[in-house]
Amino acid sequence: MIAPNSLFEATPAAAQTDAPGAPRLESSKGMPEQTGAFSDASSDVVEQSRSLERGFFVSTKRDTFLAFRSKGEVIQALVFFVMVVSLFPLAIGAETVLLKRIAPGVVWVAALLSVLLTLPRLFASDYLDGTLEQMLLSPFPLTLIVAGKMAAHWLTTGLPLALIAPLLGLQFGLGGDELAVLVISLLLGTPILSMLGAVGAALTLGVRGGSVLVALLILPLYIPVLIFGAGAVEAVASGIDYGANLSLLGAGLLFGALATPFAVAAAVKISLD
Amino acid sequence: MNLYKYASPATFYPLAGKLIPWFAALAVVFGLIGLYLGLIVAPEDAQQGQVYRIIFIHVPTAWVGMVVYLVMAAYGVAALTLKTRLSSMMMEALAPTGALFTALALLTGALWGKPTWGTYWIWDARMTSTLILLFLYVGYIALIHAIEDKKRADKAGALLVIVGSVNVPIIYFSVRWWNTLHQGASVSVTGSKMAAVMAQGMLVMALACWMYAIAVVLVRVRAIILERQYKGANDMVGLSMGARGMAGTEMTGTEMMGTK
Repeated sequence: MIAPNSLFEATPAAAQTDAPGAPRLESSKGMPEQTGAFSDASSDVVEQSRSLERGFFVSTKRDTFLAFRSKGEVIQALVFFVMVVSLFPLAIGAETVLLKRIAPGVVWVAALLSVLLTLPRLFASDYLDGTLEQMLLSPFPLTLIVAGKMAAHWLTTGLPLALIAPLLGLQFGLGGDELAVLVISLLLGTPILSMLGAVGAALTLGVRGGSVLVALLILPLYIPVLIFGAGAVEAVASGIDYGANLSLLGAGLLFGALATPFAVAAAVKISLD
Repeated sequence: MNLYKYASPATFYPLAGKLIPWFAALAVVFGLIGLYLGLIVAPEDAQQGQVYRIIFIHVPTAWVGMVVYLVMAAYGVAALTLKTRLSSMMMEALAPTGALFTALALLTGALWGKPTWGTYWIWDARMTSTLILLFLYVGYIALIHAIEDKKRADKAGALLVIVGSVNVPIIYFSVRWWNTLHQGASVSVTGSKMAAVMAQGMLVMALACWMYAIAVVLVRVRAIILERQYKGANDMVGLSMGARGMAGTEMTGTEMMGTK
């Protein structure tokens, strides 16, 4: 009884223009605003596809916001990355030649570990408070929602890593070209880390000792990314063509973007079953 | 004859019981022939002397270790698409055997490497990718044992192995490429042409390994079937007792939603 009134009050303009058109009013009466917009869109294929994409963008935006709102999270992963890289000169010695040689590998391994640490963030809190289940029930395809979450994860871990990496490269005595390729390789490679990591994070939702388990499952799968990423920088350093490495990383990125959302959606469904 | 009949654990259990002695016997027979060929018939290697004879166990274990993972992936596809319980049980039964053979391949490789290459381990492409394969097995076993709900563990394991098997060729080629970039002329494993009798010995030993693997997997899958049936029976008993508790939690859940 109250619902139609409140609807009128909420959208007076629309109500006035639509008042004679009974069916239109009927369709939006019982439904909340969001699903109303969605059912309108379903009448038109183009509209529908646009609103399906919204599932991706909304979830990307939401997760990015959440990560930045809880200030520590993004910074902590970055500080961890910087710390791990800084440990190597202390452990190995400050020989400039040696440091320069191991720099690509060190930065890449540190990036791998840093991404690995942040993986629980992808789904854990949404799983615990039931949001993930609501996402599963929402009219948007789960594939796009998880793709959005993966994109947000990269924006808040991989991207900052890639941006701060030149600073660390400088500490290890890398030159201009090497730094540029290091950043490009990280920009191409870290999204793959987020994608593959999401599979592991989704499979281990709510499992005892989940974070160590994720490392066991996912690190072997990270090896090609590590090889090609560090390989590209090393190729520049030793004057070989580095294009092949970057191309392979790019190919991995495209393949991952196509395949992993489905795998992650399947994994989320398995874990929520 | 309807083969699908044996997709059910209940009908597969007695069939496996009947097959086990045959595979076990074949494993012994092939093993004896293979050892005879490898240790007595095959001549001493011109370059490596007697030590090369470890190849008769090294190569077959490596083959079995690799192929078992692919078999697991095939069962994984069956488990997720056809939803056959037996497929997941077979995966669970295959994993320890695959891991064992992969570990044996690494171990025998290291023992062979010491006298011939002068070192137990080099970061050779094959050795490295075999090591990664062992990691993949360990990951699968860790995952299915960490998840308490058996149904979920089955599906999660199947998905992991499928994702892993897509990655296996990528890993292999990336490691091989990495290897050629890093090391100049490394040791070539099968440099010299192999005598026919050596190839035969290796093949027979591979058959022996396969027969052993199948026999052991069948024994293990029978144990898994029994174990799950027992647990399943317990769950059925527990269900009626737990029903009230479940309803209670559901109520509090909706109440919380309402207050929000």
